[in-house]
Amino acid sequence: MNTVEQLPRSLRTLCYVIALWSGFFVMGIELLGGRLLAPNFGSSIYVWGAIISVFMLALSLGYLAGGRWSLHQPSMARLSLLLLAAALTSLPVLPLAGEPLELLAQAIPDPRFGSLAAAALLFFVPTFFSGMVSPYCVRLLVVDDQTSGRRAGQLFFVSTFGSATGTILTSFYLVLWFEVNSILLSLAAISAVLAGVGLLARRR
Amino acid sequence: MKTIRSLALLALLALGLVHGSAQAQMKLTHSERSLYREVLVYEEDGLRCMCFTRQCRIGRQSCIDPRNPDHFALNYTRMMLAGTLFASADPRRVLIIGLGGGSIATALRKLSPSTEVEVVEIDPAVTRVAKRFFDFVDTPPVRVTEIDGRVFVKRAGREGKQYDVILLDAFDHEYIPEHLLTREFLLEVKALLAPQGVLVANTFSSSRLYDHESTTYASVFGTFYNLKRENRVIVTRLGGLPTQQELAARAAKYSAALLPYGADTPSLLKMFNTQVDWDVKARVLTDQYSPANLLNR
Repeated sequence: MNTVEQLPRSLRTLCYVIALWSGFFVMGIELLGGRLLAPNFGSSIYVWGAIISVFMLALSLGYLAGGRWSLHQPSMARLSLLLLAAALTSLPVLPLAGEPLELLAQAIPDPRFGSLAAAALLFFVPTFFSGMVSPYCVRLLVVDDQTSGRRAGQLFFVSTFGSATGTILTSFYLVLWFEVNSILLSLAAISAVLAGVGLLARRR
Repeated sequence: MKTIRSLALLALLALGLVHGSAQAQMKLTHSERSLYREVLVYEEDGLRCMCFTRQCRIGRQSCIDPRNPDHFALNYTRMMLAGTLFASADPRRVLIIGLGGGSIATALRKLSPSTEVEVVEIDPAVTRVAKRFFDFVDTPPVRVTEIDGRVFVKRAGREGKQYDVILLDAFDHEYIPEHLLTREFLLEVKALLAPQGVLVANTFSSSRLYDHESTTYASVFGTFYNLKRENRVIVTRLGGLPTQQELAARAAKYSAALLPYGADTPSLLKMFNTQVDWDVKARVLTDQYSPANLLNR
């Protein structure tokens, strides 16, 4: 049986928290994506189709890349960097949602491909980095092959549970209390704080 | 235990009976599923109505009396027609966002045959049902474009199109397209209005949304006429509201022609008032803040 050194308990917990938050972050942004695209592309079924497709594609490729990257000196610090990368690459969404989307809507008048291009431009990169988080966490949490499935299951649980929470909180409450840009900035800020905790935790 | 169970059964039966008898008078004539919803046609007491939910009574989109198709069965359509005809001087180009049964477009074709009417409807199924069951005809001067209202307005703005009257009628009691109820959208609509152009909007008359909607329209158009029944219809004009005398003068011109629509001109005229009956501090809805559906509870 292959065993690897187990992370201290606090770091394991942090891993789960990061995966949970990453799930929340992705769905929060996805829901706000509809808001950002609506002024130029409307809110027809095509727009939602485009947004969901881009998120699914970016996540799927992110999973592949995250698994791959976990082969090389996996660490809590690197996991934190992934979270930070997702947060930082989500920031251009704010300026891109204005004039650039307007130009894109003019360049591609077809409602399907226009909104697909818009969703890709805004959300592909941050969602890709978010997708890398879960498989990378699995690598940090798994200590032997016997419990690997259980660890992976727990991780899928927290990450998808985070997604559910992000979806319901954003659509039922956050949009009622705050402006879209404030929510986006807060999501990125929370990611950055968590990443900071992860980076500092390693030093101790 | 047994009595409780039989009581429960009795209650269920009673419910079923009440429910069943209410349903019995309402006959489902047609239903079709679209990308967005189920479009239903019900007949009841000689009226034929288009609905988007099975609870048709509270959410009728459009109704006609097939034996008397000119007659407007719903108050709000009369209010919108009055807003169009009384506030605007012989409109040449009219834009309607949201088709429903098409009754306003159909009425305009008859009352003002030289007016070009452009209708924007997102759902092809609604257009099909309007043609088949509501006598709607989309030949010139009436034309339908199947596209999201916001996208149409943006494009029309870029193309420099101008309309003498714009009617906003894209809401449903259950679901509001939130991007069609923001300050930015109304500014885009305003840019499409010709000088002295008139805006007529069918909106909500209750719930918290009423306050937010009112401040949003006021932030873009200033004062407006507020016509209230079950719905609230906002009527406003660029370059200043028409005076009551002006409205009355145009209404006189149409009073005979409007009779077949069940529209009583004097009582319609009385509805035009500018009284502010909303919370003026309610937050303006914007593309950044538009929880219209959450506020409409």
